[in-house]
Amino acid sequence: MPVSVASSKVIFDALKKCDVRLMSALPETWLVHLIRMADDDPEMILVRLAKEEEGVGISAGAHFAGVKSAMLMQNHGFLASINGIVSFAHLYKIPLLMLISYRGTFGERDPWQTQGGNVTESLLRSMSIPYSFLDRADNVEKRIRQAQTLAESSLQPVALLLMRDLMWEE
Amino acid sequence: MLRLDCLKAIYPELENCLAVTIMGATAAELQSLGHRPNFFYLQHAMGLASSTGLGLALSLPEQKIIVLDGDGSILMNLGSLSTMARYRPANLVHVVFDNESLLSVGGFPTATGKGTDLEGIARASGIPKALTVRTVEDFGTAVKEALARSQLTTIVAKVEATGPSGYVTDLSLLENRFQFRRYIQSLKRPGS
Repeated sequence: MPVSVASSKVIFDALKKCDVRLMSALPETWLVHLIRMADDDPEMILVRLAKEEEGVGISAGAHFAGVKSAMLMQNHGFLASINGIVSFAHLYKIPLLMLISYRGTFGERDPWQTQGGNVTESLLRSMSIPYSFLDRADNVEKRIRQAQTLAESSLQPVALLLMRDLMWEE
Repeated sequence: MLRLDCLKAIYPELENCLAVTIMGATAAELQSLGHRPNFFYLQHAMGLASSTGLGLALSLPEQKIIVLDGDGSILMNLGSLSTMARYRPANLVHVVFDNESLLSVGGFPTATGKGTDLEGIARASGIPKALTVRTVEDFGTAVKEALARSQLTTIVAKVEATGPSGYVTDLSLLENRFQFRRYIQSLKRPGS
C-alpha cells in the first residue's frame, strides 16, 4: 500500500509537538499509518469512531477538559459531520483541528471518491471554516501549529486538507 | 414517571459530577432546579451529548461524568453506544430519558414506542451494564449505584412525554459553555 509512512510520521510527530493528546479517527486508506501510530503511542488517546460526527462531541468534551485534540477523517467524513460542526462547534465556539484527507482530486483513481472532491472546498468556504493544505513534508509542522493556533485563538473549527502529493507514494 | 421528578431525585448527586444534557425539556427542567457551573446544556447537535460525555470521561478519568440523554437524541447517534462501549470509561454514567417522543420539537412519536428497546441496543452494543427503570425510586437508586460502581452504565428511564411550557432560559449558550470549561479548569488548580 503506497501510503507514505514517512509523511504520516511527520504529521503525527507534529501533532505531538502541538501537545495533541486525543485523536478521534475513522479509518480510510490514507490515514492507516497515522491511526496505527496513534494506537501505538501510550501518550495518545485514540478514539475510533463509528461515524465522524461523533468526533465533534468528543473534541468538545476534550476542550472543556483542557485537553488538545485532533480529528482525522476523510472528506466524506467531513460531509457527514457538518451538522455537528455547525450546531455544536460553531454555535458554542469550540476549537476543532480537523485533518481531512482530500480524496477525489487530480490523480484519483477510485470513482466513488470523486464527487466528494468536487464539493469539499466550496463547503469549507461556505461554512467560513479557515483551511489550508498539507502537501509537502517540510512545512507540515509549521502549518499544523498555525492551524491549531488559529483554532484556539478564534475558538472555531479549522481544517487542514491532506493532499495526495504528501500522503501517497507512487 | 416524570423526568422532572427523576432530576429532583438525583440533583444532590449531580453536585460532584460533570453533567451534560441534551436540548429542550431536559435542559430546561434541570435548570429549573437550579443551575450549577458543572452543568452543560447542549442545546442543539442532537446525538452528540453522549459523545461529549465520552470526550470528557476519557480526558478526565478521575472525574465522574453523567450524560442526560433522550431517546430521540440517542436514536440519531446509535453508533455512539458502540464507541462508548469500545472504550467503556468507568467514570461515565449515561442516562437516557425515554419518553417515546420527540417532545421538544412537536411531540412526534419515536420508534421506542413501537418496540425499539434502547436497553437492549445498549447491551448489544457492549455497554457493560444497561438497565431500564420505571419508578423514581428505582431511577434514583440506579443512578447512585452507577456513580458508585465505576463501570460504564446506560440507564433507560421510561418517562412521560411532558415537559415545561418553554425551553429558553436567561442563561446564554456561550455563557454556559465558558462557565463550564472554567469550572473544570478550576478543579485542576493545586490546592483547590
